[in-house]
Amino acid sequence: MNALLHGRLTGLLALGAVIAVLPAVLPNNFYLDIAILAGFNAVVCVGLNLLIGYAGQISLGHAGFFGIGAYASGVLVGAYGWPPLLALLAGALFVGLLAFLVAKPILRLKGHYLAMATLGIGIIVSIVLRTESGLTGGPDGMMVEPFRIFGVELYGEKVWYWVVGVLLVGVVWLSLNLIDSPMGRALRAVHGSEVAAEVVGVDTARFKVLVFVLSAVFASVAGSLFAHYAGLITPAKADFFKSIELVTMVVFGGMASTFGAVVGAVVLTLLPQALTVFQDYQQIVLGGILMATMVFMPKGLLPTLAALLPARRRA
Amino acid sequence: MFAELLQYLLSGLTIGAIYALAGLGFSIIYNASHVINFAQGEFIMIGGMASATLTASGVPLPLAILIGCGGAMLVGVLVAKFAVERARNASTVTLIIITIGASIFLRGVAELVWGKDFKRLDAFSGETPIQILGASMQPQSLWVVGTAGVLIVAIGLFFAKTLTGKAILATSHNRLAAQLVGIDVKRVVLASFALSAALGAVGGAVVAPITFSYTEMGIMLGLKGFTAAVLGGLGHGPGAVAGGLIVGIAEALGAGYISSAYKDAVAFVIILAVLLFMPNGLFGKRGTERV
Repeated sequence: MNALLHGRLTGLLALGAVIAVLPAVLPNNFYLDIAILAGFNAVVCVGLNLLIGYAGQISLGHAGFFGIGAYASGVLVGAYGWPPLLALLAGALFVGLLAFLVAKPILRLKGHYLAMATLGIGIIVSIVLRTESGLTGGPDGMMVEPFRIFGVELYGEKVWYWVVGVLLVGVVWLSLNLIDSPMGRALRAVHGSEVAAEVVGVDTARFKVLVFVLSAVFASVAGSLFAHYAGLITPAKADFFKSIELVTMVVFGGMASTFGAVVGAVVLTLLPQALTVFQDYQQIVLGGILMATMVFMPKGLLPTLAALLPARRRA
Repeated sequence: MFAELLQYLLSGLTIGAIYALAGLGFSIIYNASHVINFAQGEFIMIGGMASATLTASGVPLPLAILIGCGGAMLVGVLVAKFAVERARNASTVTLIIITIGASIFLRGVAELVWGKDFKRLDAFSGETPIQILGASMQPQSLWVVGTAGVLIVAIGLFFAKTLTGKAILATSHNRLAAQLVGIDVKRVVLASFALSAALGAVGGAVVAPITFSYTEMGIMLGLKGFTAAVLGGLGHGPGAVAGGLIVGIAEALGAGYISSAYKDAVAFVIILAVLLFMPNGLFGKRGTERV
């Protein structure tokens, strides 16, 4: 009973309940579409949060991995006739390998140097996608075939909503388990002080590489599914601003909080929709909100709110 | 053959000079506050937009540049005072997002004030190309390189000779110690933002006749400036200048000999290659970490 109240199960159940009830509350497919987009962002952010929030490593290039996944699905299914699931796995495998190869030398870098290196990778990916128009359709993007599996075509917001919902719950469950495992404790030690963690025998390099690869693969899978859902992908989904948006979601929701990452993704997916009422002032309001949240709540939304609750409720 | 190479080198030098100024701006702010100011590109944009629109409405060019410069400095000080200084103890990634928020905000304001279209600024001294050994050069390129050169030397003297410059250097070495000997470190941070903003704005004004000015001009220029600063070793002023020139020239050579579509990727390929072997940039000091 105690474990049910305070353990990771409560949060997971709450998340599942919200996802289950939401379609009944949302008035039409427009809102369902936003919920799906928020779900895709949340999947990427949960992975990114492992890297930023727990391992304390910055990545300003994760949209690049999202983009590779998306284009792998688009190109392999569209031009080469691969089954969508196989294309998704191939994309994830490629991204995983790429992340693994670059991780070791890159994660040796610290702070701003790491920010620079990951930013560079992301920008190079988006420039390649923009330029190789024979395969990718260039700046205008490319159409993507629908996702078919065992002869069934995933079609419509209602179906995709459940696909994304289940994926999100799965990713959150994986992430919570990881954080509570010995590896999670090792990661937090890396975040606290890398040197100290090394001194007590944590193989910091191995853990950082693992989390980097894992978060990149999450992004790739989300990218693949997004491409099939949207039916159209553009290089903008892989560029610097998308990377910044993802990092902002993680930090906005609350670093080192899996549910914070989900909340951040949802809020910041909704925000631009809500801000359309400001029309010409949209960017000013968005920039202002980003600055204000980070200045007044440097730990992010969820941890700040949690700290306001009575102490015994804190996990 | 040689003329072609010289042509690429000259255009690389021109754009490299702007990257050098932007990189120097990153370094100065990083030294004073350990913040990477992603709004650095917006200072360049403010300089370019202000000088283009003010001269179009009849203000003499030197005055227009001066106003743009003053405006950028004011913006820089405001960003430092109300965003960066308040989040003093926040983590690196939080501070990065604050400055990115500031740059989105500033672009939004700029779009509101100046609109989204490209603005033209006449070249400062005509457009008759100068012929050098078979290569041709726009007179404006001389303005860009000359102005950047003068500013870089001036900044060097400022840090070496003046009390304020030395105070900024002292703060960058040890903030607490600087505070103990009576340096107002908060003002040092404000001064560093003002200085970087001024550098950016003047750079934006001299480059505007070549690139045109528009509200998004600062994005890539800012990122390349960051690349320049990291390439030279963060916080290393002369390194940032060298980094800027290297990036500019490599980019021009890459565009000329390899592919112009991949021009923007050159800077990032170089930085990845360098960081692979020199994790602290070309001239950066190897730091030690305290547990």
